[in-house]
Amino acid sequence: MPEIRVTPLGAGQDVGRSCILVSIAGKNVMLDCGMHMGFNDDRRFPDFSYITQNGRLTDFLDCVIISHFHLDHCGALPYFSEMVGYDGPIYMTHPTQAICPILLEDYRKIAVDKKGEANFFTSQMIKDCMKKVVAVHLHQTVQVDDELEIKAYYAGHVLGAAMFQIKVGSESVVYTGDYNMTPDRHLGAAWIDKCRPNLLITESTYATTIRDSKRCRERDFLKKVHETVEHGGKVLIPVFALGRAQELCILLETFWERMNLKVPIYFSTGLTEKANHYYKLFIPWTNQKIRKTFVQRNMFEFKHIKAFDRAFADNPGPMVVFATPGMLHAGQSLQIFRKWAGNEKNMVIMPGYCVQGTVGHKILSGQRKLEMEGRQVLEVKMQVEYMSFSAHADAKGIMQLVGQAEPENVLLVHGEAKKMEFLKQKIEQELRVSCYMPANGETVTLPTSLSIPVGISLGLLKREMAQGLLPEAKKPRLLHGTLIMKDSNFRLVSSEQALKELGLAEHQLRFTCRVHLHDTRKEQETALRVYSHLKSILKEHCVQHLPDGSVTVESILIQAAAPSEDPGTKVLLVSWTYQVRGGPRPTELSSDVTTPPCPTLPTSLPLP
Amino acid sequence: MAAHLKKRVYEEFTKVVQQQQEEIATKKLRLTKPSKSAALHIDLCKATSPADALQYLLQFARKPVEAESVEGVVRILLEHYYKENDPSVRLKIASLLGLLSKTTGFSPDCIMDDAINILQNEKSHQVLAQLLDTLLAIGTKLPENQAIQMRLVDVACQHLTDTSHGVRNKCLQLLGNLGSLEKSVTKDAEGLATRDVQKIIGDYFSDQDPRVRTAAIKAMLQLHERGLKLHQTIYNQACKLLSDDYEQVRSAAVQLIWVVSQLYPESIVPIPSSNEEIRLVDDAFGKICHMVSDGSWVVRVQAAKLLGSMEQVSSHFLEQTLDKKLMSDLRRKRTAHERAKELYSSGEFSSGRKWGDDAPKEEVDTGAVNLIESGACGAFVHGLEDEMYEVRIAAVEALCMLAQSSPSFAEKCLDFLVDMFNDEIEEVRLQSIHTMRKISNNITLREDQLDTVLAVLEDSSRDIREALHELLCCTNVSTKEGIHLALVELLKNLTKYPTDRDSIWKCLKFLGSRHPTLVLPLVPELLSTHPFFDTAEPDMDDPAYIAVLVLIFNAAKTCPTMPALFSDHTFRHYAYLRDSLSHLVPALRLPGRKLVSSAVSPSIISQEDPSQQFLQQSLERVYSLQHLDPQGAQELLEFTIRDLQRLGELQSELAGVADFSATYLRCQLLLIKALQEKLWNVAAPLYLKQSDLASAAAKQIMEETYKMEFMYSGVENKQVVIIHHMRLQAKALQLIVTARTTRGCGMFLSKMYFITDLPHLQDSFVDKLLDLMPRLMTSKPAEVVKILQTTLRQSAFLHLPLPEQIHKASATIIEPAGESDNPLRFTSGLVVALDVDATLEHVQDPQNTVKVQVLYPDGQAQMIHPKPADFRNPGPGRHRLITQVYLSHTAWTEPCQVEVRLLLSYNSSARIPKCPWMEGGEVSPQVETSIEGTIPFSKPVKVYIMPKPARR
Repeated sequence: MPEIRVTPLGAGQDVGRSCILVSIAGKNVMLDCGMHMGFNDDRRFPDFSYITQNGRLTDFLDCVIISHFHLDHCGALPYFSEMVGYDGPIYMTHPTQAICPILLEDYRKIAVDKKGEANFFTSQMIKDCMKKVVAVHLHQTVQVDDELEIKAYYAGHVLGAAMFQIKVGSESVVYTGDYNMTPDRHLGAAWIDKCRPNLLITESTYATTIRDSKRCRERDFLKKVHETVEHGGKVLIPVFALGRAQELCILLETFWERMNLKVPIYFSTGLTEKANHYYKLFIPWTNQKIRKTFVQRNMFEFKHIKAFDRAFADNPGPMVVFATPGMLHAGQSLQIFRKWAGNEKNMVIMPGYCVQGTVGHKILSGQRKLEMEGRQVLEVKMQVEYMSFSAHADAKGIMQLVGQAEPENVLLVHGEAKKMEFLKQKIEQELRVSCYMPANGETVTLPTSLSIPVGISLGLLKREMAQGLLPEAKKPRLLHGTLIMKDSNFRLVSSEQALKELGLAEHQLRFTCRVHLHDTRKEQETALRVYSHLKSILKEHCVQHLPDGSVTVESILIQAAAPSEDPGTKVLLVSWTYQVRGGPRPTELSSDVTTPPCPTLPTSLPLP
Repeated sequence: MAAHLKKRVYEEFTKVVQQQQEEIATKKLRLTKPSKSAALHIDLCKATSPADALQYLLQFARKPVEAESVEGVVRILLEHYYKENDPSVRLKIASLLGLLSKTTGFSPDCIMDDAINILQNEKSHQVLAQLLDTLLAIGTKLPENQAIQMRLVDVACQHLTDTSHGVRNKCLQLLGNLGSLEKSVTKDAEGLATRDVQKIIGDYFSDQDPRVRTAAIKAMLQLHERGLKLHQTIYNQACKLLSDDYEQVRSAAVQLIWVVSQLYPESIVPIPSSNEEIRLVDDAFGKICHMVSDGSWVVRVQAAKLLGSMEQVSSHFLEQTLDKKLMSDLRRKRTAHERAKELYSSGEFSSGRKWGDDAPKEEVDTGAVNLIESGACGAFVHGLEDEMYEVRIAAVEALCMLAQSSPSFAEKCLDFLVDMFNDEIEEVRLQSIHTMRKISNNITLREDQLDTVLAVLEDSSRDIREALHELLCCTNVSTKEGIHLALVELLKNLTKYPTDRDSIWKCLKFLGSRHPTLVLPLVPELLSTHPFFDTAEPDMDDPAYIAVLVLIFNAAKTCPTMPALFSDHTFRHYAYLRDSLSHLVPALRLPGRKLVSSAVSPSIISQEDPSQQFLQQSLERVYSLQHLDPQGAQELLEFTIRDLQRLGELQSELAGVADFSATYLRCQLLLIKALQEKLWNVAAPLYLKQSDLASAAAKQIMEETYKMEFMYSGVENKQVVIIHHMRLQAKALQLIVTARTTRGCGMFLSKMYFITDLPHLQDSFVDKLLDLMPRLMTSKPAEVVKILQTTLRQSAFLHLPLPEQIHKASATIIEPAGESDNPLRFTSGLVVALDVDATLEHVQDPQNTVKVQVLYPDGQAQMIHPKPADFRNPGPGRHRLITQVYLSHTAWTEPCQVEVRLLLSYNSSARIPKCPWMEGGEVSPQVETSIEGTIPFSKPVKVYIMPKPARR
């Protein structure tokens, strides 16, 4: 019995270090290769030794697929390919391929330079690793080998985020990575066709949330920023370099454009600048508005947003500054925050979630006095706002995607166990699809029905189609043909062709039966009478009187003979070949000729 | 001697004209008549290969065929068809047959038998499909012939089992278009008629080919369009198709479901997997709502559009579309809208300053949460935040339609519409503002909503701002703070975009007159008056101050206590504004004033009748014109015209009528004056100079008649006839003058085409002319002139019946204002763009008729056709032209002024229907009768420009 086996090495009932092993029809695929933000020891990377104890990874894995550039989906890649050792192909989309090394390099720098870790991957390793990458386009079917093919769908989570369909023969698995079903200012919504995979592996970050319309959030955000700058205040927006930052930039940029505002907007330099460059290039991956207008103007060529310089923070007058990192725990955003915190006109907007212990979390939970390093106490007078801009699908969105793809089974990853439980129940209840949620290291085995493709000749198909009078789209239908099995492939051909191919002679099966008639006339006359009688009752069939005195009704032959012993009776010989359909049935025919209450029979015809 | 010579010249001239005409006519006949069928036959016989034949057929198809020769052509084509082996040629012939049978005036029943015949023997699927198409053309051409329709339906049914999807498609199309309506099926005797077309088509809903499925649904819709009542059973079949794999099937199925739901809104359908039952329209609504989150945007647009027209849906379902049932971590959460509302009602203004402001409240029962409702939950929430703006626009439109029919829904959808004001695509923003305006009767804006609405006033797009002003004109505001907020924001808008001045004033006018009681408590603050101290008098020219005053004065109109709060200078300013901006400032009943205006103003409505009467009387007075001596007639006309003009100025409602009749009378006056001239009694050579006056009069009458015909909206046919009559008289006059002075005469007869469409008018010029027609035709030119002259003098004045509603087209150029002293400098040879902004009133079809003219000082004139997209339509009868005009010229030494004005172009042939075959063909014979021209209808504006020589 064929089966699909799925084992999450990470992201099973958990968020972080996404890494899922899939075995499908003898092929082994690894989906994502992420790191965990919460750990600094061995647990931060997936346990690759699980895959193969002693053998080489390359021999075991057919390919690795990376869904998008977030570190919890690609962070362990150089470690995996260079340090553990994997030389096979790594598939990702073009934007991911472009942006991924920047983030990896950044991650490496922080781990090695700042935290002083040894035995970490090097810059060269990142480069070597990226050399193994094969980039794919959206909706491009890539043949990994003769049987395994993969195809990317748009996921809308970050630039270049994709969902992947993995297909071997008739079995297929779809892995969603992270996705977003509601479009935002720079990306569209995730979309998949009705591909009906055997298994859909979906993220479930917001399994228990139904979100409000994004318009309220956007409007609130813009209104707050606008009001503050109008009153001469400064706005600080701590962001992470990629993803939400660009969305907020576009949002502010268009708003500035529309409202004709002149207040400067700054963006902290470095990583972000590089990333913005890629956003400019990958226009086909963005949303409808940007794609349609980029000929006139590329939306990522910001007119109002300029690079930030440290000195600008002390400039008088209103301004808006995007600064990294997003949780106010270090770096530029914290510096600016300290400078501006004292003025109640100013405002800080936290666009994302903050981990406990960071300054961001403290101010969000309402602390007004912060202890900084060196026993300093910083009094926060500025306004603190929280806005949630998140690019994951909510519960409704997940259901919508499952509905679109129509899978046979669903498997939940990338979420908390408790929340998954709820969604699992809902999916099973409402969509009537069995649902799984394995923990890390736990294997789910799905039996799949084996389907064997059989080739059929077009002529035969057309002929058989023409037989059925009414259209029945999805009902199974009976079909006559010959199945030929030759060198492990199957073909269905018409019997004539089968005979020809196999060099066999055709044997005809003929059935005969005798009907006795009481008739004193000559054979010819009897035949003639039978002929005229049949002619009159079988109007829709072709009845012929042949010169040799026999009568044919389509392929049925009727002959009248006079047995020597009794001139008063005649014997009708009815003979027919074995055939499936078409023409009157011989049994019907003989009963027509012989049944007594037939009104059209000449009365003088005595019956046996 | 001279007279004799002249006579001879005329003789020759006329002869020449007639000969030419005859010759042309005969030539034409010979050229066109015998060509078609014979030539085709020859061509087809000549063709050696199928490709050749195809070429000939293609060439043949480019030219039209007359109705008489169609049958011959068809025979030849059919003959060739039987012989032809190549399917592509047969295909072309089949398609030609279809085209030919559409020819007007040709009855295709004679070729039907042949078509059906060849259909039976045809093997190629493509040709079959094309032949069925031809049959469809034939069938639609003969809608009355039941027998033929039956026969065609029968043929279609036979071919339904064909293996090719194309053939099945066409069969279904045929069934949809020709399938018998139930009423006609009463005669069962015909056997074939009892075929249940719906059943047959319904069977193909489950065809294996998606294209055929789509065609089946379309055929069903076609049946519905033709008035056949669809069975309710189709509903279930259609519902199954909603989950089809192909988008075109789903899209068509959504339409079908909508149709059925409109047919049987009240019937009850069971909800699957439960015992409950609901109304069909509600069920359908739920299903269509579900399609708003379909995978394909085409389907989403379709679904969103159709939602708007489902008005019978119960309000319970309707309101669900706006509710997404938010939750967070399995706990129920309120939407931002609900929170805003709550904050508002609790008296606290939206702060949003707390984290966890939106913290989820009560726990949700996990079993009760339904993630994919079959119901309508949140359909509009999804639709409005869709990725494709087409879907968003459709959703906004649907919201608008539903809100118009249900006030409670209007109240609920307000928040969502307000949110759409921030959409990233301008079109969507504009659409939602317009929508809001349309439903504004049903709603009152809360303060926080108003706040969001007003924030959009800073938008840099002029269209958005103006749409918003229009919206504010008709919104209801609930509190005085709201009014204040609106005023403050509008003033801010005014300082930021001074060009919006007029629009803002107008907006404040309506805002004031709608909310007098809310404005009242604000007056002291707005006028910054103080109970004890005198404050400085504000600057009267400040647009912001005028804006405030407009608001207050309009509120004061219905609030008699308000003027007591005014200070002295306010009254003075009132008097000034009432005069200078009378369209914005109403007449007020002011205390201690001599209430001149108040005596008039309240009774405007009652006064309307007298002025109408006056108009009637003065026009009736003119009827007696006939009996007066020329001198008296002239005087009567003169003062009637004066009266009418004054009336038009006083009563704006009657301005159109008054102007129209005054123009007509002026024409008559000119005519009388011209005929009064002495020249008619003097010998020809002597009056050469004097005749200038007559010919000038004739010319002017012509111009005026064109104005009358094309510049007024609401002119009916009977007026047009009279106007044409007047023009004919002017032409006759012209002819007489020219005939007597120069040598032209021949043209007149050709201009007589008017006569044909003029009805018989008692005692008129035409009447007499028609009587004399035989004589005119035969007599010599000199005589013609003489006859015309006497008829013209004897003809009676025709009474012009007044149309119901008549408005004069007018235009005002707002920009360029023509006040600037700074010349627009540009390098000669290059272009400079001049922004033109104008309002047009009562112009029909401005996209085609309105032109911009630029007159350069050297007399060079340039005509610019604005793009259709440059015209906006802010209200009925009003248009707005915002365009750019490109100027260019060679270098000048001094800056100089160019004139910009708007022209109304007309084309007299527009009223004559064109014949269909003429379009691509040669020059039509009517061309000489069509007269194109332009009428300036705006005041010219001068623009100072300076093309500088290019620097080397």
